[in-house]
Order: sequence, then structure tokens, then C-alpha cells
Amino acid sequence: MCLAIPAKIISLSGAEAIVEINGIRRTANVGMVKDPQPGEYVLLHAGFAIQKWTEAQADEYASILSEMEGLGGVEER
Amino acid sequence: MSLQQAVSEIQALSARIGRTVQFMEVCGTHTMAVFRSGLRALLPPGVRLLSGPGCPVCVTPNQYVDQAIAIARQPGTLVTTFGDMMRVPGTECSLERARAAGAAVRIVYSPLDALKLAEQNPGTRVVFLGVGFETTAPAIGWTIQDAARRGILNYSALCAHKTMPQAMAALAASGELRVDGFICPGHVSIVTGTGIYEFLARDYKTPCVVAGFEAADIAQSMAMLLHQIAEGRSAVEIQYTRAVTPEGNPAAQAVIADVFEPSDENWRGIGVIPGSGLAVRAKYAQHDASKLFATVPVPPSREPAGCRCGEILRGVCTPSECPLFRKLCTPATPVGACMVSSEGTCSAYYRYAAEEKQ
Amino acid sequence: MTNQDLILLGHGGGGVLTHRLIAECIAPALKNPILEQMDDAACFPAPGRNLVFTTDSFVVDPVFFPGGDIGTLAACGTLNDLAMQGAKPFYLTLGLILEEGFPVADLKRVIRSLADAAHSIGVQVVAGDTKVVERGKGGGIYINTSGLGVRSPRTSVHVANAKPGDAVIVTGTIGDHGMAVMSRRQGLEFETALESDVAVLWPMVEPLLKALGPALHVLRDPTRGGVTAALCDIAEAATCGVRIRQRAVPVTPAVKGACGLLGLDPLNVANEGKAVVVCAPEAAEQALEILRRTPLGKNAVRIGTVTDRHPGAVVLETEIGGERRLAMPAGEELPRIC
Repeated sequence: MCLAIPAKIISLSGAEAIVEINGIRRTANVGMVKDPQPGEYVLLHAGFAIQKWTEAQADEYASILSEMEGLGGVEER
Repeated sequence: MSLQQAVSEIQALSARIGRTVQFMEVCGTHTMAVFRSGLRALLPPGVRLLSGPGCPVCVTPNQYVDQAIAIARQPGTLVTTFGDMMRVPGTECSLERARAAGAAVRIVYSPLDALKLAEQNPGTRVVFLGVGFETTAPAIGWTIQDAARRGILNYSALCAHKTMPQAMAALAASGELRVDGFICPGHVSIVTGTGIYEFLARDYKTPCVVAGFEAADIAQSMAMLLHQIAEGRSAVEIQYTRAVTPEGNPAAQAVIADVFEPSDENWRGIGVIPGSGLAVRAKYAQHDASKLFATVPVPPSREPAGCRCGEILRGVCTPSECPLFRKLCTPATPVGACMVSSEGTCSAYYRYAAEEKQ
Repeated sequence: MTNQDLILLGHGGGGVLTHRLIAECIAPALKNPILEQMDDAACFPAPGRNLVFTTDSFVVDPVFFPGGDIGTLAACGTLNDLAMQGAKPFYLTLGLILEEGFPVADLKRVIRSLADAAHSIGVQVVAGDTKVVERGKGGGIYINTSGLGVRSPRTSVHVANAKPGDAVIVTGTIGDHGMAVMSRRQGLEFETALESDVAVLWPMVEPLLKALGPALHVLRDPTRGGVTAALCDIAEAATCGVRIRQRAVPVTPAVKGACGLLGLDPLNVANEGKAVVVCAPEAAEQALEILRRTPLGKNAVRIGTVTDRHPGAVVLETEIGGERRLAMPAGEELPRIC
């Protein structure tokens, strides 16, 4: 029903932000989250941030992913 | 709680309850997450997962697709859409087929991209296909507000947004099937908050847990549902605490309230459910494609004969019981919408069930 | 012709304009004695007894993408199809269909990319043709290339050769090409350091063929439909099952991020500089060692095994220890929200 993934705010101008997911950058709308700041994490759906994550929540997500991760993700050799 | 802990808790609780329980994952993205993680293989036989009407593609009726195609064939228009809608079969054909025959259709990632296309092409009427639930509606709502604010009159949306609670109630009340618990949509709840499910736990005595989308989240949510059943209670609980709050996202709710009003919405296979949709308010009529293109003739719509997507969406029939399944209806040649969407029940069963048979 | 010129309908007419277009924009980058005969067909002695011949067409949108362009793709696509049959490539032909108004500067750039890729392994473009279509009838430029190669009679890497117990190897990270191209498609744009992996595979494949000989059972380049489509072809042709471990499949963080953004599965996304290698189990370590000594194969890794279970089906053992079947993708992967 709704794919949403965490993205990190890189820069802001009004309701528009540049956000980053694993090195992928894209413009996104952050008009619907309270007081967005660069460095914070938001949940991105169809180009819109629908939620803002605290640092703790972002860490929890990271730990869940790493628990399953081991996806043979290859850093550049 | 880790995935392994959740799975062992599920097994222990299932044994203690001693009867088969059926949980409905209402959200298509949950169906997808369960299918892609292969979680079913870790569940005890006493815990079954049903896929509900939670994938916006599956519940969109033919009439909407037919109207989108009719608009795309109008000179000077460009219909923009999420990829999900491209292969949904209309009465005559899909948007993908209509594009091949010359209709102007383009896939975009976000309605913001559609609005940008409208700005860049003032001579073209850009129409965005607004499908999706409470998670997606604010995005389209925002672009309608922005277009009105900045006078981008060649941007409009053809909206068929649906809301969850009434559909869940219709399923719980229908008595057609036994839903022992709802795995509630995590991202819808980010926007709406969790109050919208209270009446299900209170009036229908159905346990509800709002779940995240990793396999560990879903497994933990099922353990929480089993706890409620084992303790004989029904409540709305949040497993996805890293994202969902009881009150939801007030700014997003405000956008929905400003742009849309509740409407009776037609769900494929279920029919019209009162108050289960969102219609664009009159004040934004100049950005409401259903008004702007009201005079565009749409051929009479009918659902494909023999297709049982409706009953599958209600969980009362599995894909293998549909006469078209795997014969006429395959992922490459979808007849019903549940086969089109990669999250649809039928496309998941087509791929997954092939494994069970061996 | 200056770089500001555009392709005109006249350039497709076969007269003076066509000859000037070929002489100034196409031939210089492809220079070789056979092409310079400038006759209606290329004449040359057969380069060997066991000839391998293939053709491919290229319509990529956009024409220029991070890491390459339609010219690189048009050379690599056909040369790699020859390499996947264990054939050393010798000659290419080049069919161009240009849209009226296509910038000459872009044409020169595309032909330069194609020439660089072909000449990197000593392959010559020996025949060609250029046609022009009216504006609005084409995507700017379409290219067809045919390739001729020679294979040793002892080599057989046919897709049906896979045997139960065989090792399944991919020669590097997957999904790079598809996501790099998609990042530039209108309506989906996203900034990324991601680049297409488009590359000529022969230098990576040649040492493998020499060292493994008959122990090398299958070579397959997972282009459209990605690794999933390649494995489905192998399982079906060899009527065996294939089991792969999700944890072993190499995906860069950037491709994972892009696929997460658009709701796609990296296993279904196109690659243009990778191969799926299936070999006898006892040769697996040696194959990995040889591959990792080549620049294109440095991230080669074993991802699974051919099996006699569930013949014809490919099964993914998921990260959490579950299972799911990998079905042949239905069509082009469409970005989705749900």
C-alpha cells in the first residue's frame, strides 16, 4: 500500500529538501513534518516526507537491518 | 525483539492457543514483505496469513482505468501515474496497452514530478492518477494545493483514494471469513494515527497491531496478536513504535481535510463501501480531473468474466480456486488486478504456491 | 560539418550528404582496411572454422547515461553475446537509424564510444548503414550491431549444460546498469554516484575458458530481466533447479538505496558488464580465483548451486532463512509506491 524508506536530509530550502538514501540523492517535500533539520532522518513516500525520525528511531531501524543484513553488500574493493 | 525470538514466541503461543488462527495483513506492502522475506516458511501451521484489500492497484475498479485511458486519448493531455497502475487491466485494455496505441501516458515517481511537467509544458493538460490510501493522499493533496496557490491551471488529479477503517469494518462484519486479528498498515497509521482502528477492537472484538515492514516487525506483530488472543483481550497496539504515534501526523491530516472530503468509494470485488474514499472538495474543482474531464465519454465498464479477484480480496477464496488462475491469468497476461500488482495476492500465490506444490 | 549541425532527412538519401556524414562523422573513428574498401559489403577471409554470429538492437533512453552511452552499449551488448558463447570476437557491423534533428556532435560522441569499446579488444567495424527518419518518429538514435566471432570446437557453454551440484557465480555487483539508466529517466531523476557497469567481457572470459575447459558449463550475461531472468533460462533449459542465497548476492549500497526508493528488486535489474558463470563444483574455487584477478571480475562471488530439486524453478533462500521462488520477470520493472 505504501512503500516508504528512511532518508537523510542533506539541505533545505523552504518546503523542498535534498535527501539521501545510501548515496542516492533526490529532491523531496518536507512540508508535512515538524521543523525539519539537515542531518535528520525522514520517512520518504512518493517524494514526500511523512514522518521524522529521532536519532534513536533511526538507530533501531539500522539495527534491524543489520541483524538481517549480511546481504553480501559489497563495499567497493 | 529479534526475528528469531519473535518466531519462537509465535510457535509457543500457537501451541498454547491450540486452534488455527487467521491474521489478515491489510496492507499490500505487508503482503509483499511477507512474500519477499519468505516469512511463511517459518510460521507454524496453526498461524495463517490472509492478504486483505490493501493494495491500491487491486482495489481500483475497471471504471477508473477506463476513464484514465479515455482522458489519455484526449488531444493535448498527458496522463502521469505511479508504475503500479500501468498494467492494471481496464475493460478494454491497460494504460500500458493504450500508450502503445498512442495515448500520452508517463510513469513518474512522485506527483511532484507531474506538477513539474505541468509547469514545464503550459500547453499540455497534465493529469495525475491519484490512487493510494491515507499515506499517499496527502502527497496528491499537497500538489493540488500548490497548483491552486501558484495558478498552475493545467495540472489536475483524477483521484480514487481510499481509506482503510471502513473497508476493514466491512470485512470484519461480513462474517464471510474469520479474522482473528488485523496486522494494521504501518505507513497509513503514521499519517492517521491509531485511533481509526479502536472501533474494530471495541465493537468487533478483533485484536489489532500496527506493524512495520521488516520481517522482524511482522513476526513481532503476530506474536503480539497471539498474546492478545491467549489473554482473551482485543486492543489496538503499536509494534512499529519507531514510526507510528497514536495521534499521527497532524500536518498531513490537515492537507487531507483541506483538499478532500469523505466519499462512498467503489472497491473492486467488494462494491461500494460508504465513507471509504476521498473526493476532491468543490473549492479545488479546477484541479479535479473527474470534473474537468466529466464530458469525456467512457465506454461501459465491466469486470472480466470468471475473475474472482473480489472474493480473493475479501479473503474468502484463494487464487487456486479461481478458474482463470495460472491458465488465462498469469503475471505476463494478467486478467484480474490481483495478478497485476507484484503485491497482489494472486501474483504472490502464482510464484509462491508453485513452491508448495512440489 | 560543424558540431552545431543537425541530422537532416537528406543525410539518409544516399547522395552527397550521406557520403559527407559517413566521411566526417562515422568512418574516422572506425578506420580499418576492410571498412575502407567502402563497398556494399565487407570481404575478408574466414577468421576460423567454428564461427559464432549474433545481432542486437539498442534503443536505450536516455542516450547518454552515467558510465556510458548507446554507443558503448551497442558494442558491448553484441560483443558480450559472442563472449557468452565462448567466442573470441572479430568483426562488427553497424546499422544506424537517426532521427531528423539529432545533433551531429552527439552522433560523433556515440560513434567514438562504440569504436573505443570495439577497438579495446581489436574488433573492427567492417560494414554499416545509415538511415534517417522524420522528426518525431524516433528516439533520436537507434543502433543495430551484428557480431562475428570464432570459438574453439572443444568449447560448449550452452545454457542447457548446467548439472546438479554445479556452482553458480556472479562476476560482480548486480543492478548497476539498470539503476544508472533509470536515474536519468525523466520523471524519476535522482542524483547518484551510480554508474552503468557496461563493459567488454571478453578479457574476463578468455582466461576462464582456457583454464577450466569442459568444467565451465554455462556463461550468461544477465542483461534485461537481470540475474533472475538469466537463472530462470538456465533452470528451464537444463531442467534443473537453482538455489541461491540472498546473503551472498553482491549489491552496492547505492543500488539497494535506488531500488528501495522505487520499490524494485536488484535481482531483476539489468546488468551490462557482468556474467553468470556455472561450472563443475570442483572448479569453483579456481574459477573465482581467475575471475578475481581480472578488473571486471574483482567482486566475483559464488551465490548458489544447481540442484535436482524443483527442476525448472529458481528458489531464493532469503536473509531470514525463509524461501521464495524467483519467477521470470513479466516485463520491464516499473517503479511503484505499493
